[in-house]
Amino acid sequence: MSGTSKPLWNPYAAGVLLGLGLLLTFILTGHGLGASGFSTALTAATSHILAPAATEANAYFGPMVENGSLLDLWITWQVFGVAIGALIGAMSAGRFRWSIDGPTRLSIARRLVLAGVGGAIAGFGARLSLGCTSGLGLSGAATLASAGFLFLIGFFVTGATLGLLMRRYWQ
Amino acid sequence: MTLPLDLTGPVSGLVCGGIFGFALERAGFASGCKLTAQLRFTDWAVFKVMFTAILVAATGIWLLQVLGLLSKEDIFIPTTYFWATLLGGVGVGAGMAIGGYCPGTSVVSFMSGRLDGLVFFLGILVGTAAFAGVYTWIEPLMHALPGPEAQTVSELLGVPDWIVLVALGVVFGAVAWFTRTPVPTGTTPSNASPTLAHGTTARSFQ
Repeated sequence: MSGTSKPLWNPYAAGVLLGLGLLLTFILTGHGLGASGFSTALTAATSHILAPAATEANAYFGPMVENGSLLDLWITWQVFGVAIGALIGAMSAGRFRWSIDGPTRLSIARRLVLAGVGGAIAGFGARLSLGCTSGLGLSGAATLASAGFLFLIGFFVTGATLGLLMRRYWQ
Repeated sequence: MTLPLDLTGPVSGLVCGGIFGFALERAGFASGCKLTAQLRFTDWAVFKVMFTAILVAATGIWLLQVLGLLSKEDIFIPTTYFWATLLGGVGVGAGMAIGGYCPGTSVVSFMSGRLDGLVFFLGILVGTAAFAGVYTWIEPLMHALPGPEAQTVSELLGVPDWIVLVALGVVFGAVAWFTRTPVPTGTTPSNASPTLAHGTTARSFQ
């Protein structure tokens, strides 16, 4: 199966397409691309279904759930677009395959636990910084915002330190 | 000012997101192996894709400003809150080193069939809920040590935007030059070699 998938693009070609897509986003909307804005709104909406009173009383989620439905948000449609674009990309390159990626020397169960823990830390972090790698790192840096570069420094120094410490779990 | 066009409806979101998701998939960012290989310095593709995209978009925005089509006041420039911005980056970086993804790439990963991408995304929801739970304690940190509103690096250094663009280009060019040796992932068209990004190291269970 892996022998039938098409090669990845040259990183510079993929970077140019990504940069032009980001530029188009600024031209159309005045802001950049994102991801954690959607996961935050989705968490607030889910929490509102599970525990309406507690969510409305919460200092962080309360104001969000007053602002109407998820589908009213541009970021929701943008993340739907990311999902569709990625699916088209994976399917058309023969790369779609049910699998579990991750540290290859660990069991599947441990890899999934690490993915969940990593996601939780990233989710918490992205709320602190009011944006994630897409919204603050990529889009912020494209406007030359000092916040974007400060975020990227914290991201990369921490990621590389932990990445090197965890090196032995990867092939 | 004629730009931005203020097209903020569903179609605009789907188109912009669609390009974003397609480009990330083509770059190989659906794979946690590929993404974290950058953090172990065994594959420089992530750095190259990100930096190329930043340079292309930043140069485009600068050109539109020079041509008088777009004003800095009309685009969203995030404001620095020193500790919150830095520690947020620390959290997202730790999350990628531990879990393999960031919020956007976890969606791309799941859409290519990787279940760890889905688990990472569900983890984000848990982390976000935890943040909301402790928000009242953390709130003072959120606004600690704020920078000037919507400050750019050029304003911080007191130089024109084009100098920052050239400096970024020089730094990027140097890194690209020193890491030009083809790595076995992404840059070579060969499928015969065991490429990490094509899932030969991902355990397929079908």
